[in-house]
Amino acid sequence: MSAPAPAATREPLLAGRGISKRFGGVQALSEVSFEIRAGEIYGLIGPNGAGKTSLFNVLTGIYTPDAGTFTFDGRPLNALKPNEVAQRGIARTFQNIRLFANLPALENVMIGRHVRTRAGVFGAMLRDRRTREEERAIERRAFELLEYVGVASRANDLARHLAYGDQRRLEIARALATDPKLLALDEPAAGMNATETDSLKALLERIRRDGTTILLIEHDMKLVMNVCDRVLVLDYGKKIAEGTAEVVQKDPAVISAYLGGDVALNLKGAA
Amino acid sequence: MRALVDTKGHPVLVWVGLALVGLALVALPFALAGIGTAWVRITNLAILFVFLALGLNIVVGFAGLLDLGYIAFYAVGAYAYALLASPHFGIHLPFWVILPIGAAIACLFGVLLGAPTLKLRGDYLAIVTLGFGEIVRIFLNNLSQPVNITNGPQGVTLIDPLRIGTFSFRDTDTFAGLAFTGPVKYYYFLLVVLLAIIVINLRLQDSRIGRAWEAIREDEVAARAMGINTRNMKLLAFAMGASFGGIAGGMFSAMQGFISPESFILIESIMVLAMVVLGGMGNVWGVIVGALLLSFAPEVLRYTVEPAQQALFGRMLVEPEVIRMLLFGFALVLMMLFRPAGLLPSATRKRELEVRR
Amino acid sequence: MDIFLQQIINGLTLGSVYAIVALGYTMVYGIIQLINFAHGEVVMIGAMVAYSVIVALVGAGAPLPPLAIVLCGALAAIPVCMAVGFTLERVAYRPLRRAPRLAPLITAIGLSIILQHLAMIVWSRNPLPYPQVIQSVSYHVTGNPNGATITNVQIAIICMSVLLMAGLTTLVYRTKLGIAMRATAQNQQVAGLMGIDINKVIALTFVIAGGLGSVAGVMVGTYYGIAHYQMGFLLGLKAFSAAVLGGIGNLAGAMLGGLLLGIIEALGAGYVGDITDLCRFASWSDALAARCASGEHVVLFGSNYQDVFAFIVLIVVLVFRPSGLLGERVSDRA
Repeated sequence: MSAPAPAATREPLLAGRGISKRFGGVQALSEVSFEIRAGEIYGLIGPNGAGKTSLFNVLTGIYTPDAGTFTFDGRPLNALKPNEVAQRGIARTFQNIRLFANLPALENVMIGRHVRTRAGVFGAMLRDRRTREEERAIERRAFELLEYVGVASRANDLARHLAYGDQRRLEIARALATDPKLLALDEPAAGMNATETDSLKALLERIRRDGTTILLIEHDMKLVMNVCDRVLVLDYGKKIAEGTAEVVQKDPAVISAYLGGDVALNLKGAA
Repeated sequence: MRALVDTKGHPVLVWVGLALVGLALVALPFALAGIGTAWVRITNLAILFVFLALGLNIVVGFAGLLDLGYIAFYAVGAYAYALLASPHFGIHLPFWVILPIGAAIACLFGVLLGAPTLKLRGDYLAIVTLGFGEIVRIFLNNLSQPVNITNGPQGVTLIDPLRIGTFSFRDTDTFAGLAFTGPVKYYYFLLVVLLAIIVINLRLQDSRIGRAWEAIREDEVAARAMGINTRNMKLLAFAMGASFGGIAGGMFSAMQGFISPESFILIESIMVLAMVVLGGMGNVWGVIVGALLLSFAPEVLRYTVEPAQQALFGRMLVEPEVIRMLLFGFALVLMMLFRPAGLLPSATRKRELEVRR
Repeated sequence: MDIFLQQIINGLTLGSVYAIVALGYTMVYGIIQLINFAHGEVVMIGAMVAYSVIVALVGAGAPLPPLAIVLCGALAAIPVCMAVGFTLERVAYRPLRRAPRLAPLITAIGLSIILQHLAMIVWSRNPLPYPQVIQSVSYHVTGNPNGATITNVQIAIICMSVLLMAGLTTLVYRTKLGIAMRATAQNQQVAGLMGIDINKVIALTFVIAGGLGSVAGVMVGTYYGIAHYQMGFLLGLKAFSAAVLGGIGNLAGAMLGGLLLGIIEALGAGYVGDITDLCRFASWSDALAARCASGEHVVLFGSNYQDVFAFIVLIVVLVFRPSGLLGERVSDRA
């Protein structure tokens, strides 16, 4: 997090080209293309069933796309397994929080360090100096991350004993522990009250400022319009709009997708 | 990083306690020899079962993979030792060469079995491993034809004992006026190995690898999303458990001097699993207690059930072995129903097993 | 070709028994996704109870035709096994229905051990010779007097299996209970909301599986002429393999899997010796030639590997097609 905050540049960190995915008779994604630039917060919105989570799962290796390619950080990102995607630098959270519920909060984040650390079986058994140092570094970094997201006071509590909002934050800390270049968040504000959402917004902005690009799926329009630099709108698996929040919310296709008619999108508070 | 034993609270008391336990363990074989030499032998076998249970605990307790064919790895290690240190092939390699070979072969079997099957869901994996255990046993029984490799059901005899130079673990030596019989010497050897294995287990559990296993056990999808290569990690757990089994098997061969497929039947796999379950999956100390309890149970029963039946009915109605198996079956059922996390559960595993009921 | 035909007949007989046992596994698995590890023991109990009844009737010199004596045995075994099935479910599985998968599997193993050793105490530690009340009569299948034969016992076993399968299919697809079972298998909560007493349905599934198992036990005892307290283990494991081969949870699959496994085993046992007969390669090595010339059978794998086939089938199916031949994709509940 100590890296200087780069301004949003023109060079894409992640590019998807013609991504398609079909489940049985349902075309979940058809020919979706998009670009996420390094340093921005990129929103992914759309009505229920629009294909947001499918796109997310195709990106993170849970499904393989039927067609299309991803390029991440200058290299193709195709047919990788979820763990390889994480290795490449994309970390994710889950819509229905998937923490290691019976492990302490700190250990959840320490597990996130797995992919960036090396100690193997022999290191673990012999506990040589390098392993001990690495272990200390893992613990230190995990604790820093808990402080960063604001749940350090619950470090030794079991993940499932944390309040809902704290669980969401813990999941973000765990994802950040993998040193991602792109942090992909699946509805992080779901179920949060206004205060929690506000502090989430502050957290997202801070993460971005500290150099991590964010992909955000969200239903909370206010949050999306407030925090995202650019937004991709999906409907029935197709891209119907892409651009800045201001542009997108005036787009007639978007309005009609959300309201099913030619009604103005009422987004009070969406600055 | 947690210490092996928390000595911060009462350092002196703890060290005194540890010293007493150590002393008791050192004096144990002589105390046991007083009751009967057989007890030292029984204790040695019990320690071997502790090895096995700790090995299986890596697979079942740490990584959450149910293996019902674990004894096959024990068998592989035992036969590797027996064939490389007996007149059967006329090969007599020293034990420090064979034990690693046995561990490596068992490890290879673990990987061969695990690689295609570890993607299977838990209960299927259990059945496949069970099938594998049976296949190994059937092969051991039949590989006397057309070339005599295992000597079939007769087994392999005259297996070399552990030997360092001229110092053999089978003979009796007198030292400082005390008679060190074969079993007593093996006891000390096993005690040292046991200590090492306990330390290895505790360290593994509290390491990057141990955490990865825990993550897989808790939520495989999330573990993968965190960049953990779940397939390799599961395979690693399987291979490590298998190597432990292989080493234990080699020592079994050396101690017994004779092995046959009879020692590696399914019920032994289930017995080791029961030790892990009874003691508390994932908890090293619990597993040790479970293994000791179930290993000594038949002996204790032999000395209680037999006289009790003689006194009550004037003859033996039910053999202690049968009663042991019945108790053992009831223990499995009752433990799962009322104390699913075992006698001394690991804190995490207990939460996991209880939360979903 | 006569050996081939003979092995097919033997395989079909064995396979019919596997199919009936496999149905027990598949019904239970279909409805609560549990491997009832103790089902093999239910089959064993069935064989044992029938054994006692048959021995008693024969001993008393009951003036009954042989088939009636065996049927009496079966009729006594059925309620006992139903009761065992019911008890297993009630005591050891129902409390664990929401527990992680490992838990019921471990209780099942425990129950298996308990049932085996209780049977050993009640009956015997040694194999019991099943009284051969039905005089075995062989019929030639072909015109060749030295050709393949089928015995009346084999015919009876195959016919009985077909009847049971037909009956079970009718029960599951044509009756109210069958609808309730299928609904419960689909979704327990919703089935409960629709007014189905799911506890009752699950208990009945175990009862029916137990009943089928008892008949299978009598068949095995009669066919092999022997019963043993450990006979259920291997039989159960093979039947489970058959159920997986056909697609676990699928009734037709269990039947198909059972028959196929029976045939695979019979053909395997019949031919593995010939296929791996090293004497065909006697010209390659003088030592080998010498051994073969002395009349010794130098065979890599003999028929004593018969029991391996079921496990190999199990592993191969699970690795390459876990859903089995007829099964749907197995959804992961964990």
